[in-house]
Amino acid sequence: MISLSGFGPQIAAGTLTTVELSILSLLVSFAIGLAGATAKLSKNPVLNTVATIYTTIIRGVPDLVLMLLIFYSLQIWLNDFTDWLGNVFPNVDIEQINLDPFTSGVITLGFIYGAYFTETFRGAFMAVPRGQLEAARAFGMKPGKVFRRILFPQMMRFALPGLGNNWQVILKATALVYLIGLTDVIKACQNAGEATFNTFFFFCIAGMVYLALTTISNGILMLLERKYAVGVRKAVL
Amino acid sequence: MIYIIQNYWQALLYSDGYQITGVAMTLWLLTISCAIGFCLALPLAIARNAKNPVIWFPVWLYTFIFRGTPLLVQLLIVYTGLYSLDFVRNTPALNEFFRQGINCTIVAFALNTGAYTTEIFAGSIRETNFGEVDAARAFGMSQFTLYRRIILPSALRRALPVYSNEVILMLHSTTLAFTATVPDLLKVTKDAYSATYDPFDAFGLAALLYLCISFALITGFRKAEQHFLAFLKP
Repeated sequence: MISLSGFGPQIAAGTLTTVELSILSLLVSFAIGLAGATAKLSKNPVLNTVATIYTTIIRGVPDLVLMLLIFYSLQIWLNDFTDWLGNVFPNVDIEQINLDPFTSGVITLGFIYGAYFTETFRGAFMAVPRGQLEAARAFGMKPGKVFRRILFPQMMRFALPGLGNNWQVILKATALVYLIGLTDVIKACQNAGEATFNTFFFFCIAGMVYLALTTISNGILMLLERKYAVGVRKAVL
Repeated sequence: MIYIIQNYWQALLYSDGYQITGVAMTLWLLTISCAIGFCLALPLAIARNAKNPVIWFPVWLYTFIFRGTPLLVQLLIVYTGLYSLDFVRNTPALNEFFRQGINCTIVAFALNTGAYTTEIFAGSIRETNFGEVDAARAFGMSQFTLYRRIILPSALRRALPVYSNEVILMLHSTTLAFTATVPDLLKVTKDAYSATYDPFDAFGLAALLYLCISFALITGFRKAEQHFLAFLKP
């Protein structure tokens, strides 16, 4: 039997941090992706250009560089901002806002992978037949309702494979947060390894945790794909 | 920004006077790991499509493990993990090899990109048109000639767009090399940041340089696609 030398709880806590971080980043990037895809497909040239610049730059620069850039700069910008607020409103007591690694990890990962989600959603939006939207409008549905009832459920079917891919990438990208000082599963395993002089074993444990997470999410994705494929007829080969 | 450029331009681009650093190091890491990964992936992709489970299962396991774990964990296992094992430290050749951060980095990177490339090539081999294979067999080609003349040239061409993506992602992954003390572009940038405490300028400069490399690679691959995939044009 594998012995974790009493470091099991720490590693479990680290795993929980990794999962929380991935899920929150997924939600943030999902929202950014929907907004970005809408902006990219809109006829407004300003929105269009901004979204294109955003996706091009984010996808051309390594995520680690962006993460360090945002992580270190965000705090300085926030400090400048609160200083400025303090100068503008001298009577109000404004505290310094401190960003912990977890929050900045969620913000940066969400911001980075929002660009990848934008591209995924853009392709999926375009894959929904135009006639469906025209029919919905002819029924007198408002734009919000068209999105909720017609566009979104059908779009998800086309987006799911891409989303699954992005989710796996986010899950693995959370490993980078270890480099900006968050106690995730890697840090927990490193601590355990250094305490027991057995880093090889504990890093392998970290790898196995990630492997288990990706395998489980693969299973969930297959179920989701089946759910969103309801009513689609496939060719029998 | 000006201060960083004046003091670090040489280190950022090619050398700090003692060793290769910066962009040159990043490009070297990218080239060597993609080259090893490519050589690894070609036979493995063929083995991945074998009918015999004894052949395809180990390859599947390899790609499953290396695609299912973060590159950072793989790098930490190779760089700090392996060296903590007694037999590695006690074997002179292994000790010599794994003591160098750059060797560990290249091993981890090559194995990682090799796994992704294997799956890319295997998928593309699987989708070879059955007619081409039938025709080649009818010509009396041996299995080896069939792969060399028909399957591989066409499969590698069709894999080019996806493979170019993988190379770009590998470029982004080379940033992890600094954890193994390899003086790549990000390491120099971090030094510049430690000296100036100016994160936006230091990392912004790195982002700009990486963006340039990415665009150069994308342009190169687009040219290659135009050349090699001309037969697929509408």
